[in-house]
Amino acid sequence: MVKKLKSILYISIAVVCILGFVFPNKHPHFWWQKIPVFDVVYGFIGCIVIVLVSKWLGHAWLMKKEDYYD
Amino acid sequence: MINIVPPVLIYFAGALLILLLRKRILIQAIALLVPVIAFVNLLNMPHGVYWTCQFLDYELILGRVDRLSMVFAYVFVIMSFIGMVYAIHIKEYGQHVAALLYVGSTLGVVFAGDLFTLFVFWEIMAIASVCLVWYRKTKASLDAGFRYVLVHLFGGCMLLAGIIIHVVTTGSIAFELFDFGTVASKFILFGFILNAAVPPLHAWLSDAYPAATITGAVFMTAFTTKSAVYVLLRSFPGVELLVWLGAIMSLYGVIYAVLENDIRRLLAYHIISQVGYMVCGVGLGSEMAINGSSAHAFCHILYKAVLFMGMGAVIHVTGREKMTELQGRDLYKKMPITLVLYMVGAFSISAVPLFNGFVSKTMIGAAAGLLNRPLIELMLHLASIGTFLHTGLKLPWGVWFGLKKGDEDEIEDVKEPPFNMLLAMGIAAFLCIFTGVYPKVLYDILPYPVHYHPYAASHVVGMIQLLLLTLAAFWIYIDKLGGEATVSLDTDWFYRMFGRGCLWFCNRLLNGIRSGVQSSLSSEVLSVGKISKNPYVFLEMVINSIQGKKVLYQNIINRPYNENSYRIQIGIGACAAIIFLFFLGIFYIKAG
Repeated sequence: MVKKLKSILYISIAVVCILGFVFPNKHPHFWWQKIPVFDVVYGFIGCIVIVLVSKWLGHAWLMKKEDYYD
Repeated sequence: MINIVPPVLIYFAGALLILLLRKRILIQAIALLVPVIAFVNLLNMPHGVYWTCQFLDYELILGRVDRLSMVFAYVFVIMSFIGMVYAIHIKEYGQHVAALLYVGSTLGVVFAGDLFTLFVFWEIMAIASVCLVWYRKTKASLDAGFRYVLVHLFGGCMLLAGIIIHVVTTGSIAFELFDFGTVASKFILFGFILNAAVPPLHAWLSDAYPAATITGAVFMTAFTTKSAVYVLLRSFPGVELLVWLGAIMSLYGVIYAVLENDIRRLLAYHIISQVGYMVCGVGLGSEMAINGSSAHAFCHILYKAVLFMGMGAVIHVTGREKMTELQGRDLYKKMPITLVLYMVGAFSISAVPLFNGFVSKTMIGAAAGLLNRPLIELMLHLASIGTFLHTGLKLPWGVWFGLKKGDEDEIEDVKEPPFNMLLAMGIAAFLCIFTGVYPKVLYDILPYPVHYHPYAASHVVGMIQLLLLTLAAFWIYIDKLGGEATVSLDTDWFYRMFGRGCLWFCNRLLNGIRSGVQSSLSSEVLSVGKISKNPYVFLEMVINSIQGKKVLYQNIINRPYNENSYRIQIGIGACAAIIFLFFLGIFYIKAG
């Protein structure tokens, strides 16, 4: 089941990468909007950055035991 | 021709009627009819300025109706209907009253044409909404409610200060565009952005919303922050500060959502994040950005309602609100309809194409692009990733699926929530999809003509790329992203600790000094008191000490007062009188 889902995910990623080349942005405001697979890279790296930075901030400083304010 | 009345009156009259009626069915009918009547009333309200009245030397305006106020009024009225359907089963009618007053006063804010009217409804909003927190009737909600209302009253005071300075300096109470830079405008902006939950003035939101009643929280998500967005759009478009505050805000909510374990608090942080887009749009100030902010407020109210209703339904049937207590209990088998409806809201907030977030959120990003603001565009884009990560993936995974850790207790006898709750979610979910598929209906009511086509192929492909890869990254960290049983420090720490500091200062320090002084002086005060009751003993003590007699001081002082012990015998008096008379007689005879 998990393997099946994984392959579906890989295939759809490949498909959207190709679609990125088929439908380029016709009115780009910035240089990165001209790159067909920019959102693929940004989505992946952005998500990892969000998780790691937040978890680091949380464990180093922000997260306290549930009875902290009691 | 239908006679139109100020919408606020319809809601306030409804609230009054519910207070007076006793029959359950009538109360339910009123609660549902009020939004319907208000909606018909809205459809017949022409643009213009009306319902004015004279107060002192100023003109109060209850009806300033234009395209901007109408967008917000429409969604507020629709939302009040959805919220009422969701809440119709509850038997505490006070909650209906509070909700109607809350919605009514929000509409009062939306149509207010002057600052006095605005301020009055602004304060009613704060007071009415805190009742929705207190109706939860737990210690935590009582405390959170007090913090909520104190913060809002503080914001109200800042707003009032700004209004007074504005009126004194300009002589006008008109609620129009402010010249940012004057002292008055800064106070007013402070009051507004506090209600918009802009960090660091945001902690009331994530503190109080999860503490509210299940149905009350649904109302709260819609009105306070979005009415603040409305007043910002009205009075501070194009203020550069708001661009940055908005962009930071959109990421701030995302970071905290990673850490959150309370399911409704996670959503509350995403309100902050989403309102960040709107605040940023206000700051950008172009026609497209203002359209984007208005449209996003409209869509946000609908999908956020679905999300809060979904999580409210989970809490309603399970009684649990922590992800750590829900994950791995296979809830998806027991409440699949709720899951599907929740996912409509989740896809909408994540701006999946064909859902309404896609047609509004991307407009603000495009406006940032048109104004050539690369960093802002990238920050908002990053916040989109975080939104999908939490609301679309982490939360449903943790609540309905998830991995069980250890042998925690199972949840028995769970089924779908009552029909009215599902119906309310269904209506809101339908509207999310409808406005997503057919955005023209929304674009037609926006303040300015819309020249934006969300469904350009490259937009759609780009968004799908972004979301798919977010899913891929989520998959990698799926084990790390489960709930952790913690609370996160936020800026409410400062006033919570300040409150504690005040308590310590008064209770420990001042009271300590008092009790120390009291205990050291109390015996002296006691003996002075006793001596003053019977001053003779003081003389006795002095005499004793002169004579060198060693009599215990306590024995004298504690001796009960007896008037006879100090009274001279009558014989001595009589004797003295006789002796006196005797000498007087001799003197008389001699002198005679």
